[in-house]
Amino acid sequence: MSKPYGILALFNTAQEIYHAAESVRDAGYKRWDCITPFPIHGMNEAMGLKRSLVGAFTLVGGLTGFTTGMTIAWFAGEFNYPLIVQGKPFFSFVFPFPVAYELTILLSAFGTLIGMFLTNRLPRHHHPVMDYSNFHRLTDDKFAVVIETDDPLYDEAKTKRFLEELHPAEVVVLENKEEVKA
Amino acid sequence: MKTAKQENAPTRPNELLGPEMSPELLNQRVGDEARVRARAWWWWLALFATAGGVFMMFTAITWVLAKGVGIWGLQIPVAWGFAIINFVWWIGIGHAGTFISAILLLLQQDWRNSINRFTEAMTLFAVACAGLFPLLHLGRPQYFYYLIPYPNEMGLWPQFRSPLVWDFFAVSTYGTVSLIFWYLGLVPDLATMRDRTKPGLRKKIYAFFSLGWLGRDQQWKDYRALYFMLAGLATPLVISVHSIVGLDFAVSIVPGWHSTVFPPYFVAGAIFSGFAMVATLVIPIRKLFKLEGMITTRHLDNIGKVMLATGMMVGFGYVSEVFFEWYSGDAFEMQTLMDRLTGYYAPVFWTVIFCNVISIQALWWRGIRTNPWLLWILAGVANIGMWMERYLIVVTSLGHDYLTSSWQDFNATGWDWALYLGTLCFFFFLVVLFVRLIPMVSMHEIREILHERAERGKEAS
Repeated sequence: MSKPYGILALFNTAQEIYHAAESVRDAGYKRWDCITPFPIHGMNEAMGLKRSLVGAFTLVGGLTGFTTGMTIAWFAGEFNYPLIVQGKPFFSFVFPFPVAYELTILLSAFGTLIGMFLTNRLPRHHHPVMDYSNFHRLTDDKFAVVIETDDPLYDEAKTKRFLEELHPAEVVVLENKEEVKA
Repeated sequence: MKTAKQENAPTRPNELLGPEMSPELLNQRVGDEARVRARAWWWWLALFATAGGVFMMFTAITWVLAKGVGIWGLQIPVAWGFAIINFVWWIGIGHAGTFISAILLLLQQDWRNSINRFTEAMTLFAVACAGLFPLLHLGRPQYFYYLIPYPNEMGLWPQFRSPLVWDFFAVSTYGTVSLIFWYLGLVPDLATMRDRTKPGLRKKIYAFFSLGWLGRDQQWKDYRALYFMLAGLATPLVISVHSIVGLDFAVSIVPGWHSTVFPPYFVAGAIFSGFAMVATLVIPIRKLFKLEGMITTRHLDNIGKVMLATGMMVGFGYVSEVFFEWYSGDAFEMQTLMDRLTGYYAPVFWTVIFCNVISIQALWWRGIRTNPWLLWILAGVANIGMWMERYLIVVTSLGHDYLTSSWQDFNATGWDWALYLGTLCFFFFLVVLFVRLIPMVSMHEIREILHERAERGKEAS
């Protein structure tokens, strides 16, 4: 039997979870998260989260796309197979612009997608929170705070008491079940 | 006298969501009930009727692959015909979906949240139909990959100066980005469906496609970043796609086409026809699935307003087209203009004017915009008008080019119509499947609005 995954406190309203998140942040916990059915305005500040890194991936994708578009047109026209068409130059930045523009957008979108998957560690097969008996309400109308056992401040009795003081609907210790091997 | 509280009360007729809407009703209507409702006789009827059309489409495709594009009404000089008309029309319809999901998101128009899922699906299906036409029009569709710049043994590259190559990049990017945008918008709702479904195959499928979504705040943060980023990317994309389609025409030296008005005029026309298609789909679906609480008269009102505004832009495009043909002083340009006004195609031209300019003037009245069935009829008229406009642009210009000896009038064949109507059925077939299998309103976005409304209600009281 491995140690539990963490302790979950269930809340009924967005208001409550917002204040609970502030308390958990102020208590100094580091490895914890809120689970909500929709993004709550101001939650990132209440939890003390940093800005998302996804934009950086978008930028890298976009730059790659633009460079690729221009390079292909230059390589084809100026280098690999120079062909005089209507006496126009073999390469200019103007005519392949639509191609580079579309590739910028395409690879930015791929970059954003990859960025979101990496920062969120998606897709994933299973998560200990999914074993919680009321988990199906968390994508519907309930809200939860989960403090993980890996947190340096974690202490089963103390953390449990701390969460109970926030007046949740219930407090549950989440087991860390081994994944069932088919 | 009205107090501030009364003005904020949820019974206001112009409210975003109906006063009866609650998170429970949302789950019920979109999540569970939609699946039950979609087992009614009319769902099966729609499925079989459109499936018949899909069969017709595949027959038409098979025949064109077997016999070649000669079975269509194509000739020289009208080498473009229905294939390009339908391509432009379908791509245009797709544009309203992206406009609603991306541009209105960036402009913080909350009303988009009730209809963005539909319209994104509409975009995907329309792009699928659109992509078919240039592919079949190639005559040898198996060589379509010649458009991709890849190193080959012939040492040949695509001509990057050609708008047709730009088109390839634009349309394939558009299809891909629309798919990503639509699918990622769905992920949190698929997670809801996963958690609301009893164990079984259906649950497994939802679980697979929801990627193990939990709704952790960390995830929401990156998810929102992704969603806004994609919206920011889709916005310039949607403008560029129809501009490039417009350039397919404007770059060529054909009377009636060689004009800088084409790109913006095409984009306005695209959004106009797309909104008309949104109304065509949304009005019956909201009735059949009892979604009036989510798609309120305010949404219909806004759809009507956008149709009116973009329709007027299209009208302005017609006027400037006529003006520049006259102003060019070119005999062939004038000939094309007179052909449209009084010649063989005059009935088409005047129908276009009636459908896209005159009939939409009715939308100035709020009573007409908020009457679902009147709006539905006007939207249908606009759909027909926009298709005929594409017909007019493609056929009249090509039929009477600069070489008088080659002039010919265009007449479509049965196979032209079979393929066009077939794709129309294919589109509706996909919509029919969509409403049954996938949450058709973005649930997490509606929950957010409901939550904000509840907060506002608390502050007011």
